[in-house]
Order: sequence, then C-alpha cells, then structure tokens
Amino acid sequence: MLDAQTRATARPSGTEAPPIVAFEGVTKRYPGIIANDSIDMEFRAGEVHVLLGENGAGKSTLVSMLSGLQQPDGGRILIDGVERPIGSPSEALEIGISTVFQHSMLVPSLTLVENATLGRKWWQKPDRAGTAEAMKAAAERIGVNLDPMAVTGDLSLGERQQAEITRALMRGARFLILDEATAMLTPNDAARLGELMRRLAAEGMAVVFITHKLNEAVAYGDRISVLRLGKKVGGLAPDALKTLDPQEATNEVVRLMFGTRDASGAEEAHPDSTTVDRAAKPTLELLAVYAEAGRVPLQNIEFKVWPGEILGIAGIDGNGQKQLAETISGQAPVSDGRIVLDGAYIDRMTIGQRREKGVRYVTDDRLGEGTVGTFPMSINLLLKEIGQAPYWRGGLEQPEAIRENARRKVTDFDIRTPSIDTPVGKLSGGNIQKVLLARELAGSSRVVIFEKPTYGLDLANIAATQMRIREAAKSGAAVILISTELDELLALSHRIAVMDQGRIAGIVENEDGARHTIGALMSGAAK
Amino acid sequence: MTDTVQTTDAGQRLRAIGGVLMMSLGPVLMAFLLSGVILLILKVNPFSYYGYVFGRGLLSPTGVQATLTRMGPLLLIAAALIVAFRAGIWNLGGDAQFLVGAVFCAAATPLMAPHVPIWLGLLAGAAISAIFGALWALVPAFLRAYQGLNEIITTLMMNFLGISLASVLVKLVFLDPATTVPQTRTLAVEDRLPTLFGTTISSGLIIGLVAILAVHFMMTRTAFGLRLRVVGGNASAAVHAGLAVPLLTIAVFAISGGLAGLSGGVAILGQYGNVRADWNPAYSLSIVPLVFLARFNGFAAIGFVGLFSILSIGAESAARRTGVPNYFTLVTIGILLVMLAVSEYYSAKRQKAGA
Repeated sequence: MLDAQTRATARPSGTEAPPIVAFEGVTKRYPGIIANDSIDMEFRAGEVHVLLGENGAGKSTLVSMLSGLQQPDGGRILIDGVERPIGSPSEALEIGISTVFQHSMLVPSLTLVENATLGRKWWQKPDRAGTAEAMKAAAERIGVNLDPMAVTGDLSLGERQQAEITRALMRGARFLILDEATAMLTPNDAARLGELMRRLAAEGMAVVFITHKLNEAVAYGDRISVLRLGKKVGGLAPDALKTLDPQEATNEVVRLMFGTRDASGAEEAHPDSTTVDRAAKPTLELLAVYAEAGRVPLQNIEFKVWPGEILGIAGIDGNGQKQLAETISGQAPVSDGRIVLDGAYIDRMTIGQRREKGVRYVTDDRLGEGTVGTFPMSINLLLKEIGQAPYWRGGLEQPEAIRENARRKVTDFDIRTPSIDTPVGKLSGGNIQKVLLARELAGSSRVVIFEKPTYGLDLANIAATQMRIREAAKSGAAVILISTELDELLALSHRIAVMDQGRIAGIVENEDGARHTIGALMSGAAK
Repeated sequence: MTDTVQTTDAGQRLRAIGGVLMMSLGPVLMAFLLSGVILLILKVNPFSYYGYVFGRGLLSPTGVQATLTRMGPLLLIAAALIVAFRAGIWNLGGDAQFLVGAVFCAAATPLMAPHVPIWLGLLAGAAISAIFGALWALVPAFLRAYQGLNEIITTLMMNFLGISLASVLVKLVFLDPATTVPQTRTLAVEDRLPTLFGTTISSGLIIGLVAILAVHFMMTRTAFGLRLRVVGGNASAAVHAGLAVPLLTIAVFAISGGLAGLSGGVAILGQYGNVRADWNPAYSLSIVPLVFLARFNGFAAIGFVGLFSILSIGAESAARRTGVPNYFTLVTIGILLVMLAVSEYYSAKRQKAGA
C-alpha cells in the first residue's frame, strides 16, 4: 500500500536530474538464500535515504552492491539515468560513491593528513601541507572542526568518522554510504553525525544511512526504505515523512518492519492458552536477573514460564535477546538475581549441568557456535553428548551406535544430506537447523530456548521448524521463543515479552490487540 | 547389480587414495626436482648428491641404523605436535620442552643408575623428562587458557628462556665434576635403552612409534580426542556444547609438552647419554612442516619423519663429500612446504570447480 504511494508521488518537482543511483529489480542470490529479491530503489542528490531492516534483511548486500564489492545476479543499476554496472570498489569511487563503516578504516598510528594521502602511487611525494589545507577547507564547508595534524588514534570514534567523511568529500564523493555508522557512537556523537548528514544533504549530496535505530531514521531521513527478508516491503517517501509527526512515522515503520497486516484489522488465530495451567508450578523462573558481562547488559529480568507454554520474546535485534538466551543456558554469567528450574536454582551450574537438568538452547549462530562445520553431520548431532553411552563406552567411540543415531535423526527430522558423514558446513541452512533441532530436542527437555529459529530459512523449513516448536511445548517443556518476526511470535506464543535495551518492557497475553500493544512497546511509546 | 555398485565404490576409493597420494607425494617429487636445480646452480651434480644422501641414509647398514635411531625422538616430537595442532593450539615451544626434559633426565639418570635396576632407572629418567617438558609448557598453557594470550608468541618466547636455562643448568648446576668440558654426567652405555635385535638401532624407535600411534588413536577414536578436536575445530562451539575449554587447553599443553620432553629423554637415554652445554638440535621446529605435510595424520607423519631422518643423516655424509652444507636438508624441506601450499591451492580450486 505504502509502496504504491512511494512510487506514485515520485518527487513533487519530477523534472529535475535523474537519481544518482537507481536500482531496478536488482536481485542477489547466495547459496540457499536470496539476499536481495528484485529491489527497486532510488538514491537522489540532496536526500538522506535511510535503509531499515533487521540483521539478515539484506542491507549489507545492498550496500556491497552499491560500493562495487558484489555484483547483482539480476536487474539493472542506473547511474545518473544511464545503465552502468559498478564493477569494483575503484569504479564506485570514480562514480563518486564512498562508504563509511561503523569501524573506522583509518590507520590509528598516522595523522589525519597522512591517512588522507594514502592510496596514491608510491613514487609520488605526498603533499602534506597542501592536503592539510584542502582537508581544513573541506571540513569547514560541512561545518566540521578537525585538526589535520591530529594522530588518528587520539580521536574519538565520532571524530574519526567525521574525518572519514571529510576525506570522502576531498576525493570528490557525491554519494555517501554510512553503514551502521552510529552503532558504536555515544548518543552525543550520533546526534552530531545526524546534523552532519543533514548539512551534507543540503550541500547536494546523496546520503545512504543504514541503522537499526528507528528514532534516528525518522529524525535524519528524507526517505525511508524498509527491507525484510531480502525484499523491499515499503517505505516512507519524503512528503509522507514530512507530514507525519515523529511518533506516527515510527509506528508506521514498526508496522512495516514487523508485520504486513493492518494493526487494527482482523485479528489472527491465537494459540490456545487454556492448555497452559498457570496455577501449576512454573518450570522456569527468572528472579531479578542482571547480567552485566555482555554488550547489552541485562537488567532486572523477571518472568515465569509454565510447562507447555511458549513465551515469545519480541524486540528489535540487539536489545539483549541473545544475552538472555546465553544467561539461561549458562554461556554468560549472571551478575545478580537467580534462575530457578523446577524449584531448584541453576544459575551457578555449568552449561553441561544445566543441559543435564533439561535446559536446551537452539542457537541462531548455527555455524558460528552451533556446529563444527568441518565435522561430519553424525558427530555434530552428538556434540553435546561426547563421552556418553551408548555412543562412547569407556571413552571409546562406538561408530555403529553413532551412525545408527544419525540415520534415525535423518529420518525423524527429514534432514536432507548426501550422507551422514557429510561435513555439516556443506548442508543448506535449513538442514543445518534440522541438525540442531534434532540434537536439542533429543531426550527429556524441560526448557527449550529457540533463538531466531526460522531466520534465513525457506518457507518449507520455516513450517517444519515451527511445528517442532509447538511439539516441544506440547510435550510439556517450557519454551522460550526469541524472534524478530512479530507474525511468528503471534502465531506461536501464549504470551509475548518485549525486550528493550536489556530490560523487559512488558509482557503481553497473546489475545486480540496484542500486535498493537507489542508495536507500541517496541517503539518505546508505552514508556 | 550390487557387484557393479561395489566395483564403482572400490574404483572411487582407489581414485580417492590415488588423489591423496598425488597430493602427498607430488610435492615431494617436485621438491627434489627443484632442490636438484639449486644444486645444479651450485655446480654440484644433483644425482651424485642425492646418491650420497640415500646411499648413506637408506642403503648402507650403519646409515639405516642411524636413521632409524634418530627417528625415535623425532616421532615423539611429531606426536607432541599432532596433539596440539589438532586441538588448534600452536605449540611452537617444543625445542625448549625437549631440552628442559633432556637436561633434567641427563642430570638425574646417571646418578640413579648405579643404585637401581636398569629398567627402573630408564623408566624414572623417561618420567622425569616428560614431567619437566610438561611443566615448561604450563606457563603458555595458563596464559592461553585463562588470559587468552596467543600461544604462538608465548611458546616461542619460552623457547629462548628454556634453551638458555638448559645451558645455564648444564654449566652451573648439573656439571660433571669429572670433565673439563661443560656437560652433564654421562649415562653408562650398558644403562641406556636397549638396542634392537643385535643392531645399533635404539629401542627409542619403538617408543616413538607407540607414542605416535597412540596419539593418532586417541585423537581419532576416543571421546577425549574428539573434545580436543572440537576445541580446535570451533572454540565457540566447544563453549556452546559445555566443554571445559580452559581445562582441555591445559591438558593439551601438558600432553604436548610431556611428549616433547620425553623426546629429549629418549634422545639422552638412547643415544647421547649426556647433555653438553649449548646443545640444541632444534628438532621441533624442523618437524613442524613435516606434521603439516602429513596433515596431522599419525601414519603419514611416520613416513615423512622417516624421509626427514634419511635426508638429515645422509646430508651429513654428503656434506663431507660434496661440500654442500648439512643445512641443505632444510632447503629441501622448505621447498617441500612451498610445494605443499601450491598443491593445497590447486586442490581447493579443483574442489570448488567440482562443487
């Protein structure tokens, strides 16, 4: 609906210059995943174009195609209205496309001038004084105050980014990509970068700003595009963005990011909450849990999960969901508070002890920590049971038992693999997920944590995984389902907790109106 | 029907084995070829040089016995490296672990030998060398396990300390008062490791073979070995699976250092009988490339260690006759490593093309 609006309104003054870069049906595939699915997008001079989307939505792929690092598999790229591929990073620079990443790309031990003179031919003598002058001038033009002779390592991250933007301008950039540039900045530096973006746009540059933070998107953007699972699901055109107040705009974006259906429209079917006996003793209880070690510290997390219940955890990615999963599974230490499983404290136990008590954790980092990619699938199925009978006896491997287990799991979980000896890293994402599910759902589980269980999977595998989640709950386990897909949470969970900056912003019963309440909690409106 | 399936299976297996042989022996042949070219540039006839090398190292009776005797300690070093490398721990401190083990073994065994049965003396000497080798590996072990310090740096640094310490101990503490040369007391020949079947081959060879096969078995067939391989294959997965990564890390260092120390002990108990000041054969760093060539496989390592033994024993004799220094063996090994890298590159490329 909004998509159509975006296209229909184009620009009020439609006769001006064509967009610097335009994507027409651009598609990029990786093995087993479509990272960008026929994307149409325009990047115009004088506009800050914000790209929003969860991790894995396809933002990085889009940026790498803009900066010449990747080539599309389909569709056209138009530069200034003329079809022209961006074949390499140096071609991107020629066109005037420059990228600033969240991590500084300057050499810390060199001064800013020295950094700016890098990349010339080795036989040319760098003109430091001249470069310093040019740098100062460029900085002044965009209202940045920097000392070209300062050693990069002494500057804050925000100042380094300003220097990088200045350097990009000196090289004649007219198209600046800021890839999660505010992610590592302090709030003050982030605000300063926001102002700088506005000034750059006023100078006539095209700015592409990628962020997770909705308030930044609404505050600094002229145009917002939302990506979801590789598709552009909609966005806000400049005039729409101007007429909405920030809160309305935020709500609109949340709606685009997390659900396609209308918030006030017909409600979907909810899981039957009457099967959960809230009068019974809860299986898992978190009592004022704090965990300070992680990147997003957990603060005062409190909830209960009953047997057979699915508790959904909603929230924008990176608000402490992973820390929560790791704290319960034992991978991250609790700094205060207690975790109770079936009436016994488990917060001092090791990962292995908690697993023995029935804690299962299906990680979303399937190749990073879930499996050893080079090991056969049959061994990965037993990675958490090494040394246990019947697969090992007296410390010795029992190959037949291990093979038998693998064959059974292949049938039971419909794992498509050339052989049980195939290295797990060679399987598709969906089949790796099945290996993880087969491993974690074996034996008697009491608590199962699913972290983004359907992320990156195709439709058939999503359905299979969701069926497993329901089955786990039906067998009497307490299930914690962490997901960034609101539709999935609403379809599966009995209750949904919303996480925001390491806290639980609220817990909502999954009944009519839940979508709206959760949306409000996520955008911070309920605070 | 089943027959044809089996034959194609067998055919595939044969081709797979052939491929592995090509990948292992191809680089070896190329290395000899290129070393020969270098010899030509040095105006030495490569055929006569390698004739001397293999004539001495492989074909003469005394040479073969020297080759096999030298293999004992080298195989123990290879075992030490395989344990560590398969667990993803780059223990490059084998030289110091070897020497520290050797020095303490050489200091203690001659003193014990007159008072105890020979077998007990040898057993105690071997145990001492293994224990001190393991102890020398513990500093990098703790730094790696609990502070995350890169063990490549720390083990290399511990080499400088260990090699100097060995010298200092020989010169100041364990000095044999009966000689003026700075060296430890010498273990009497009759108290040393027995020789095999009336030859001069030390039974250290047997110890080495047993050790490397035991390590190979441990790493491929036991739960403990699998845990170590998980840590080596993906440390985050090891944490996620609830393995006690720091403890396993320390165990790896202790086993690896212990085997390297035992290698020093076997060299003393079987061949040398004493340690001279400033003695450092630097076996460990020479064996590192061979273990890579063998792709951490125990059986393949036996083959490469044997080849290296032949080359190094043969080179000593060829050096006298042709004037090409001993170290030319290392040139051959160096070229071998480069050839290995090239063949890895091409096989990776071929696999990619096949996939």
